[in-house]
Amino acid sequence: MKIAFTTKGTEWDSMMDPRFGRAEYLLIYDEDEDKFTHYDNRAIANEAHGAGPQTAQKLFELAPNVLITGNGPGGNAATVLEKAGMKIFIGAGEMTVQKAYEAYKNKTLNEF
Amino acid sequence: MKIAIASGKGGTGKTTLSTNLASYLAESHKVVLTDLDVEEPNSGLFLNGELIHREDKYKMIPEWIQDKCTLCGLCQKVCNFHAIIQLGQQIMVFPELCHSCYACSELCPTEALPMIPQKMGELKKFNIGDLDFVESRLDIGQEQAVPLISQTNKFVDDNYSESVIKIFDAPPGTSCPVIEATKNADFVILVTEPTPFGLHDLSLAVETMKELNKRFAVVVNRYGIGNDKVLDYCKDNNIPLIAKIPNSRQIAELYSKGELIYKKVPEVKRQLENIKTYIEELMKGDSV
Repeated sequence: MKIAFTTKGTEWDSMMDPRFGRAEYLLIYDEDEDKFTHYDNRAIANEAHGAGPQTAQKLFELAPNVLITGNGPGGNAATVLEKAGMKIFIGAGEMTVQKAYEAYKNKTLNEF
Repeated sequence: MKIAIASGKGGTGKTTLSTNLASYLAESHKVVLTDLDVEEPNSGLFLNGELIHREDKYKMIPEWIQDKCTLCGLCQKVCNFHAIIQLGQQIMVFPELCHSCYACSELCPTEALPMIPQKMGELKKFNIGDLDFVESRLDIGQEQAVPLISQTNKFVDDNYSESVIKIFDAPPGTSCPVIEATKNADFVILVTEPTPFGLHDLSLAVETMKELNKRFAVVVNRYGIGNDKVLDYCKDNNIPLIAKIPNSRQIAELYSKGELIYKKVPEVKRQLENIKTYIEELMKGDSV
């Protein structure tokens, strides 16, 4: 299972980024291999428009099974993610990645 | 003569000034007032006229034709607004992000992205005695004001001769819709209130007008509240301050009933006279 997080860093104790489109990093945790990979999304800050679909497109390419984020994607991004068939869990915006992962495992996050 | 009435801060009196000035000028000139605040046009609340024309307005959006597409990805590369993206074997278009620039459509090697009209709003024209009034309104869900503002400007250009005084009620702020609403103006009136907030946003609007190389002047509304900093700012920067509309309960009450103010408050009429004189001087200067 590959799980994506919107984050402000690249480690277990990094904070989650509550934003989807303008998230600083997309951190992917591969449960089977117990390994992290990440995509540095900080260049998105320079974009005036369309951050949501652009980040969603990146995530589409990274193809995780699950996305854990904070506020949840906006309409445009949601349309893209829907096509990818990804499960999305929200409400983890103020947690560390570790806590967000545990909350997901304990099924305390809401599905988008 | 095209006169745009703008402000930095919202709620300073753009519409109050636009409707009163337009009605007042219409007593002695041929005038058309246009509400370019297409996201929330409200000049019409103060002008009860007869509807004489109405038309739907469209913007052009690319539509993906799957059978013709070779998935080369050029469209998403050329789109500056990320309004079109490729997802695996699919192309997705986001109409709300599209700026109708035609780049994807024109550059598509297989003509798989024809531009299709999509309704974005409507334009109405009214007649109120000697005054003509044009109003455009974006449909609910439409996010972009600029294309409708641009088409409304064109409508006014096409339907009124050079000699008509054209007054434009602009949207608030200093972003794209304001640029679009003021960029063709011969003269811009910036309405502000004499408060720190008013001054802060006025200075942003002044910078914007300087960048656009516009001739502009300031009108202070609700004069009497706040402090003198706006007056000092205008003086220090050699910005003409052409009218001061007093703060008064009577004005607020007339406004709340959707009535024109100058007809009942002589001081407001005097202030409009000052603006009229200023505009007439500008027109004289321009015609020389």
